[in-house]
Amino acid sequence: MINIDAKNHVTGRSVYVDDMPEIKGTLYALPFDLPAAHARIKKINIDKAISSPGIIKILTCTDIPGENQIGGVIPDEPLFAEDEVHYCGQPAGIIIGESESECRQARRKITYEFDELPVITCPREAHGKGLLIIPPRTFRLGNSAEAWKDCEHVIEGTADINGQEHIYLETQGAYAWLKEDGSIYLASSTQAPTAVQFAVSRVLNVPMHKIEVDTVRLGGGFGGKEDQATPWAVMAALAAQHTQKPVKLILHRMDDVRMTGKRHPYSSDFKIGLSKDLKILAYEVTHYQNAGASADLSPAILERTLFHSTNAYFIPNVIATAYSCRTNLPPNTAFRGFGGPQGKCVIEAAIVKAAETIGVCPDEIQKANLVNDGDEFPYGQIMQDTEAVNSWNEAERNFALEEVKHRTDSFNMNNNRFKKGYAVQPICFGISFTNTMMNHARALVHIYKDGSVVVSTGAVEMGQGVNTKLLQVAANEFGISPSKVRIESANTLRIANTSPTAASSGADLNGKALKIACTNLKERLANVAVNSLGFTDVKFENDRVIDPASNKEILWEDLVIKTFQQRISLSEHAHYATPLINFDRTKEKGHPFAYHVYGTAIIEVTVDCLKGIYHFDSVKIVHDFGKSMNRDVDLGQVEGGLVQGIGWMTMEEVIYDEKGKLLTNALSTYKIPDIYSVPDEIVIEHLDSTGSDFAIYKSKAVGEPPFMYALGAYFAIRKAVKAFNPDAELSFNAPYTPEKVLMDLYRNHSQ
Amino acid sequence: MMITFLLNDRLIQTALSPSTTVLDFVRYEADLRGTKIGCREGDCGACTVLVGTLKDDNMEYMSVTSCLTPIANVYGKHVVTVEGLNLDHLNKVQQAIVNHSGTQCGFCTPGFVVSLCGYAITSGKNPTYSEAISSIDGNICRCTGYKSIERAALEITSELCQKDPAHPMEWLVSKGFLPEYFLTVRERLSSIPKIADISGKIPVGGGTDLYVQKFDDVQNIDLKYLFDRSGLRSVHVENDLCTISSSSTVTDMMTSESLQRAIPNWLDSMKLVSSTPIRNIATVAGNLANASPIGDLTIILLAMNAQITLANENGMIRKVFLKDFYKGYKKMDMQDDEIIIEITFDLPEKNTWFNFEKVCKRQYLDIATVNTAIGMTMNHDIIISAHCSAGGVSPVPLYLRKTSSVLSGQKLSVELIRRAAEILATEIAPISDVRGSSEYKRLLLRQLFYSHFINMFPFMFELKELI
Repeated sequence: MINIDAKNHVTGRSVYVDDMPEIKGTLYALPFDLPAAHARIKKINIDKAISSPGIIKILTCTDIPGENQIGGVIPDEPLFAEDEVHYCGQPAGIIIGESESECRQARRKITYEFDELPVITCPREAHGKGLLIIPPRTFRLGNSAEAWKDCEHVIEGTADINGQEHIYLETQGAYAWLKEDGSIYLASSTQAPTAVQFAVSRVLNVPMHKIEVDTVRLGGGFGGKEDQATPWAVMAALAAQHTQKPVKLILHRMDDVRMTGKRHPYSSDFKIGLSKDLKILAYEVTHYQNAGASADLSPAILERTLFHSTNAYFIPNVIATAYSCRTNLPPNTAFRGFGGPQGKCVIEAAIVKAAETIGVCPDEIQKANLVNDGDEFPYGQIMQDTEAVNSWNEAERNFALEEVKHRTDSFNMNNNRFKKGYAVQPICFGISFTNTMMNHARALVHIYKDGSVVVSTGAVEMGQGVNTKLLQVAANEFGISPSKVRIESANTLRIANTSPTAASSGADLNGKALKIACTNLKERLANVAVNSLGFTDVKFENDRVIDPASNKEILWEDLVIKTFQQRISLSEHAHYATPLINFDRTKEKGHPFAYHVYGTAIIEVTVDCLKGIYHFDSVKIVHDFGKSMNRDVDLGQVEGGLVQGIGWMTMEEVIYDEKGKLLTNALSTYKIPDIYSVPDEIVIEHLDSTGSDFAIYKSKAVGEPPFMYALGAYFAIRKAVKAFNPDAELSFNAPYTPEKVLMDLYRNHSQ
Repeated sequence: MMITFLLNDRLIQTALSPSTTVLDFVRYEADLRGTKIGCREGDCGACTVLVGTLKDDNMEYMSVTSCLTPIANVYGKHVVTVEGLNLDHLNKVQQAIVNHSGTQCGFCTPGFVVSLCGYAITSGKNPTYSEAISSIDGNICRCTGYKSIERAALEITSELCQKDPAHPMEWLVSKGFLPEYFLTVRERLSSIPKIADISGKIPVGGGTDLYVQKFDDVQNIDLKYLFDRSGLRSVHVENDLCTISSSSTVTDMMTSESLQRAIPNWLDSMKLVSSTPIRNIATVAGNLANASPIGDLTIILLAMNAQITLANENGMIRKVFLKDFYKGYKKMDMQDDEIIIEITFDLPEKNTWFNFEKVCKRQYLDIATVNTAIGMTMNHDIIISAHCSAGGVSPVPLYLRKTSSVLSGQKLSVELIRRAAEILATEIAPISDVRGSSEYKRLLLRQLFYSHFINMFPFMFELKELI
């Protein structure tokens, strides 16, 4: 089934926040910030700005009626800077005016007096100074200290992984207005309506029941609107409260990129030990996460880095430690994979370095260590229904890995200017919020007396097709055609206390809640069929309700009206909480994931060794979809996730100067993949797997896992570089930009 | 003064400042919200619209980024947004995108629809898949990974193969690519009276730099709109002298048959310059007068040893070689009241070789880290004259005087190229910036310099001999 939004998207009728019709008298808000990454504020001169044409008000931290606090996990993040700023782009206040352009003119008239403080942008430096967001965490399995002596090969190294800017095409934004009793309507481009509602409540000192957050859809989220949609929505609401007027705040791209956090850069040290037959016996890793200036979601992201520090491999002896380091960068935040990609990248780097040292292909090590049923991950979960080996074997066979190797070798033998490289990339990604208490959802279903159905959940549609899947669930459960079902916006009045749409869990959690709601409604409808129509058995299919035993049938609409006439409720609000999962942070052990998603990719690249540029010939993937409930949507998630990941591993380079100023502050300097930079060929095959009962209709979560296939892009390029310059000492420093490729090609080049 | 144009099927007359962007006009004045704002600097394509111009009694359409286009530049033209492409059912382009799941979050989608409809209109006799992809080379999508969009483009291309070359517009309407009102546009535009030039102080061509650099100031600048000024837009060849009028666009240069004939890699080289919608509006004089050290056209024209003609308000005309035009970072041999009116150079002849190289972080739709061009006239294996240029390695777009002169008069050989590369290294002073470190730019330019020779003389030189 094609995405239900597709027709409105292609005709330009889909409405995003900035497309909503403006209410007369709408004002505009624009945040302002100091040109310093770390400074003590002496004075902000706003006089000239306030008298600038069209300006109504300027708000700073002293204009906040409640708490000046928006930190979601840890209360360490003010909405507006008070005495100090801790990163370039930290909002110091907002200008409210009659037009966006007048606000921008006024913003240029604000001047700042401040004393600069030392700026730290490097996580290791922050760690050295004891600047940590939370105490370090360590996951352990076995006894690595003992295991080293059994290892034939012990290899150590360092991997540096840069961040990634989300570049959701729709920038952050919100539109707020007051209702008659001072309660607030807030349209927000957020993945987390409840988080917005809670923060508005806290900052404006208004109870949550007076705040309605409504989210129709996002023009892309990718994690960037999980926690970081909040400040802009709070500012719009605050401005509406102060002016008693509707207020819109839509960030200009350059403000958005400057002011919001990104995927966390990591710097990590690894030590890996292997036996003679290439079994990884021990692995120790220390991650230094660059959290930015405040916690945001960094502690949770750090945790997922630890969960995924051994990727798809069983390693009996592991110590994985992670430090969340406070620096003077914008608070880094959720981004597809949520720390998982960084954790996996380091073990892959360790394997590649080990392979290069030992003189084998990395895939020999990878294959020898894939996780199997009954293996234990360092966080204590005993693995079941693993598909790591299956997906590897399928990929190896279907995509003729041996042939790829021969082809690459013989090409490289015969070519000097161009070199080919390939990498095999297995993935294993845990599904569930690692914070167990967040794994719940609710669905509200109304069947109207004409038989049409409307569904509300907490799921936010951002292109991932969750609304399409939810519609399929309702239509399927009721046995009615999809045209009879409508999916409504995520709205805090209809569905309360929601978890963000994140962690690939949107369809599972909300779909399961919806299924329960439908089941309960069906039960009531079935009772009417049995009691009033004499059905002995009841089936819902083809817009009818039938009794297969007696061949009796009734139209869906007729049974609905009959039920209504009997004064039986046609509405249901259902709740779902993922069973079984748990995690004990005092022991760092438990069963945090409902299930895991697996897959294996083979990536081939050609590097132009004259110019240092490269192109991906193909990416071929065997992916564990479980029983995909929507192949169109799921295919799009794999292709899109893969390409976004390739961007992260190749051209997307977030660069700050030593003063903490972002240099890649626009699409002209921060490059994401265009149509010419995607692989020539992407092949995606479905692994024949059983799925999981915790996945809606056994259709496994698909949002994040495919992103991590792209790690292989880095290692494929590295292999090609090595073919040209075999003796060079290469570091691991993602992304592998054309600059780094060329420098590596000619590093200590002997020719 | 009133700006008049056709917006979809509606005649617009507006007294808004001529500097207002088409994007702001369509979204906030005409309330057509299908056109999206992604970056406001021409780098994402979410705001793409079509602009149709009546030329010699025919409609010519092109895609442009509406965020960089002042409404002054669409006077008397047809502006088409996604709303203006809608039918009662989905049009063929829209249907293809839906069929292949080429839309996810949907924010970039109207831009893709508009660009592909532009392709449907402009596609000629034998439309190719690669032309379809070219038409969306300025559109960025963050969700799909483009594969589904590629599949849609393939479907659209195969439909367009049936196009009736005699009556293309009628065919597009009858096949459900375009709404019917397109057939009346020609007539409606011809009734819009011509206006005098909108004259101000600061010249602006396509707006592709001004609207990026001076977004907040544009409304306060008294602009002189040159884009449609008569006589300033042509690429003309006579007696092997090529004359490019100043408001000719990159697309005008790219599609010039004379240039394509004279320079073998011309299309491939020009494809490296920005993206289709930007090439459609970016002017050659704008690229030169911007004085960017990495302007692609500037680097190309330096290697053509081009001359520019300047005119002041009193009609005083003078010529200057482009290689003498740049005096320092963003400093030019140009008075405030002067504008560039044309660029001339000798068209490469049979014995002249030309090559352009550019490397960036992303190979298309990006600004060069380093770019370089070379023009060489040969007599068998003797270089009679050489002109070599490089961008991104100095405060100005650099004409490599010493390198060019070392090559001139010499026999082409590996030793010569190596020696020239050594001289080249003494002529440049790259700095480390967001596009790359100085060491990288230095190495990259050497490599691209080698690439000139490997490209021009593939049977003579190989990489391993040069490095």
